[in-house]
Amino acid sequence: MTKRSTWALPYAIFLVLFVALPLILIMVYAFQDGAGNWTLGNFTKFFKDTDAINTFALSLEVAIENTAICILLGYPAAWILANKKLNKSAVTIVLFIMPMWINALMRTLATAELFHMLGIQLGKGTLIVGMVYDYLPFMIYPIYNILDRMDKSYAEAAADLGATPWQVFWKVQVPLSMPGIMSGIMMVFMPTVSTFAISEFLTNNKIKLFGTIIQENINSSMWNYGAALSLVMLVIIGMTSLLQDNKKEVSGGIV
Amino acid sequence: MKRFFAQCYIWLLLIVLYAPIVFIAVFSFTESKVLGNWTGFSTKLYTNLFTGDMQGGGSLMHAIQNTIIIALIAATVSTVLGTIAAIGIHNMRSKAKQAITFLNNIPMLNPDIITGVSLFLLFVFLHISQGYATVVLAHITFCTPYVVLSVLPKLTQMNPNIYEAALDLGATPFQALRKVLIPMLKPGMISGFILAFTMSLDDFAVTFFTRGTIGLDTLSTYIYTDARKGGLTPELRPMITIMFVGILILLITINLRKIRNSKNAAE
Amino acid sequence: MKSNDKIIEFKNISKSFGDKCVLDDISFYVKKGEFLTLLGPSGCGKTTLLRLLAGFGNTDKGEILINGENITDVPPHERPVNTVFQRYALFPHLDVYENIAFGLKLHKVPTDEIDRKVRKVLKMVSMTDYEDRDVESLSGGQQQRVAIARAIVNQPTVLLLDEPLAALDLKMRKDMQIELKEMHKKLGITFIYVTHDQEEALTLSDTIVVMNEGKIQQIGTPTDIYNEPQNSFVADFIGESNILNGKMVKDRVVEFAGHQFDCVDEGFGENVDVDVVVRPEDIYIMNKVEGGQFSARVKSCTFKGVHYEMFVETDKGYELMIQDYNAFEPESVVGLIIKPADIQVMKKERVVNTFEGEIVDETHVKFLEETFECEHQDKFAAGEKVTVEVEFSEVDLIDHPEEGMLSGEVHFLLYKGDHYHLTVETDDGDHIWVDTNDVWDKGDLVGINIAPKDIKIVKRND
Repeated sequence: MTKRSTWALPYAIFLVLFVALPLILIMVYAFQDGAGNWTLGNFTKFFKDTDAINTFALSLEVAIENTAICILLGYPAAWILANKKLNKSAVTIVLFIMPMWINALMRTLATAELFHMLGIQLGKGTLIVGMVYDYLPFMIYPIYNILDRMDKSYAEAAADLGATPWQVFWKVQVPLSMPGIMSGIMMVFMPTVSTFAISEFLTNNKIKLFGTIIQENINSSMWNYGAALSLVMLVIIGMTSLLQDNKKEVSGGIV
Repeated sequence: MKRFFAQCYIWLLLIVLYAPIVFIAVFSFTESKVLGNWTGFSTKLYTNLFTGDMQGGGSLMHAIQNTIIIALIAATVSTVLGTIAAIGIHNMRSKAKQAITFLNNIPMLNPDIITGVSLFLLFVFLHISQGYATVVLAHITFCTPYVVLSVLPKLTQMNPNIYEAALDLGATPFQALRKVLIPMLKPGMISGFILAFTMSLDDFAVTFFTRGTIGLDTLSTYIYTDARKGGLTPELRPMITIMFVGILILLITINLRKIRNSKNAAE
Repeated sequence: MKSNDKIIEFKNISKSFGDKCVLDDISFYVKKGEFLTLLGPSGCGKTTLLRLLAGFGNTDKGEILINGENITDVPPHERPVNTVFQRYALFPHLDVYENIAFGLKLHKVPTDEIDRKVRKVLKMVSMTDYEDRDVESLSGGQQQRVAIARAIVNQPTVLLLDEPLAALDLKMRKDMQIELKEMHKKLGITFIYVTHDQEEALTLSDTIVVMNEGKIQQIGTPTDIYNEPQNSFVADFIGESNILNGKMVKDRVVEFAGHQFDCVDEGFGENVDVDVVVRPEDIYIMNKVEGGQFSARVKSCTFKGVHYEMFVETDKGYELMIQDYNAFEPESVVGLIIKPADIQVMKKERVVNTFEGEIVDETHVKFLEETFECEHQDKFAAGEKVTVEVEFSEVDLIDHPEEGMLSGEVHFLLYKGDHYHLTVETDDGDHIWVDTNDVWDKGDLVGINIAPKDIKIVKRND
């Protein structure tokens, strides 16, 4: 019995080599200069570089806006899809899931081309709209999932105890669907804050996001600075996922 | 009344969501170099796509080939590696199990760009010249966790005595694996394979950072370079359309099968 | 007993999972062709023992012999035993026929022979028309039959059955018991059966091995075990019984429930504390008080289908359970007789709690990993190792675990006519035995206190 646990050994070694070691390397490179000396220079460079800081702030802003819009548009959609009275067909659900399976670059390109043909000037507006296009399904799906599996008797119990439909929604269904919203946020916020190709397509290279800066530095062999910027992004991502973990524990019983 | 508004909202969202793809699909049936300019019905772009008779020669065809081969290799290796790993993880004690699941989750939680940059640094650090092999390795890295997560639940659902029953009836551990364990894990392995395959097909960022400078292109990187050059190769339109229809058919069959299965189970 | 009659022999088997010892020096043998049952409550180690025999898991100590051959290190697929698992463990991707043929195919048996054998066992378990069926479409009882067929088709030296009937409903269970018994007769192979159901064990077995907490409590035929339990655990676990504290006055005379009785037991010595077991159907009850050995008042009377079950309070205040074919009205006064042969006298396992302790100072002693206040003493110096004794009745149990010096869980309880005798397991896994009049349930969390005056410190013997 205990012998079969050794079957995980090859994968464990693989994980250490291709997951743990690369992440450690990001940290190592981030705190070194080009000659391999230990330094904080990469970070001071970042904090002095107004362009980089501005791009960083803009990335956060765009990611937050995109996530917020996705929640506002996606929650009602998920709620309708999960409600058997309002939506009887399974086809609509498949239609909402499907874009998740299609190459994001292709979808973005199609969107950009559509804007182009409609004569809409590419810029921050099209960037946000295009991103909502790309990531809305990723918000709808987890929320739909949790609403669909939610025991209907919670809502009935609340109504029985005298809650109006509005109160049932806000006091019972929304809190119970928090884990779905949280994983939706993870699935939308993370890729938006780290994207690089998508923003280039949607703004015709007019607006740079943080991901683009990382990519440019790595591609022009500024590995150490690129690694430092990646580390900054990892910290942001780490903070977001901590947020989700805590919430999960609170409502762990539901999922 | 409520239902009417609800349906309106849903379909409005869907129309807006699908507008760009439908738009591309429509203009895949005309010869015009510029999108939005309808020059009459034609399937020339489709024939061009398949014969490779187009601007830039066969580089698009090459990219498509690469994409599929890389996805097939990555998904196959991931399925084997991930299934063996899942069996091991299932039999581990809690401490080691926690550690390995933590590592297993990282590639799924990490943004693609971080996975890409980190692997790029690894290959630089180890002085491995980047190309086909590094791209495949990188794809295996982010695909295997999905296989592990698809196979593990099958193991937990399984009656723990099943494997022992096979041994008890005289099967060697290897026979028990081949004749009992693998057939029972098959559904999980298949969905893991499909997930891994589509993940690999979709990938852009990781390929971008690990492909090196030998001019290796997958569909994603091809589109990226193409779009940055300004003009979109017209043959990409039928390409996108075909992929879209293919995935539509795949999803519909999977969902039909699911519905049929649940009906069978209910009987 | 000739040695070649022993088909299986367990020699000093010990096994622990982490800190928990599940098998503690188990030794016994199984005779060729017999139906042997391992009986005990859940967690007693019976399933672990069976799994060790099948080859799932290693012994920490000891060895297992089959036909005199040490098989302790032989892998499961090379052992001449087959198992019927508790939840069947049929292969869901194979149909009934393929499940049964699985073992034969692995042994490269020719196809026509496989066919013949599979059909034969299908007939034996009355599943002839089911060979093409998907195993998951079968009912629990049918799956059980297939599981049995799958095991016996390989003609094992020994068939192991791990609570095979536990998942079936009562009616089905009764039917399958009869079928199993017949199958055992017909096949002539040795059955080792694991169950926690004492009735099932008594019905099916040639030999029963009663286990509790990793130890063998008693080995014997069903009649032996029922009529002559060797300790209060066996008496309580097998069938209904009245267990009382008693005193062996001299050979063939025992005192319990406030009266002296003639009995058939000898050799305990004079005035020795003992446990006395009397089965409820062995107490004769009659309307007249005269002619009875003692009298009692009926407290309740319930019809149980074949007999009536009555609880009576004796003239000396003990409660007894009586089963009789006649009903006696509550509140009526009755005479009772217990025949000498129906009184089972057992040596007490212990008469007082004894703990290993260490003196802290003149008024404190440490035992059970806790420092207790005791009465002032100057016989022992600080740091001296001593033995601490506490009477069963002097241990106080309280409702709130956190308010006790120690906390623990009620592990086992025994009603002894006028009080309960509890086994309490402390959080550190030590046992304390308690006599109390309060009613507790198994699994209750309790606080444990011991007053200073009740702690008796004596010199350690060794």
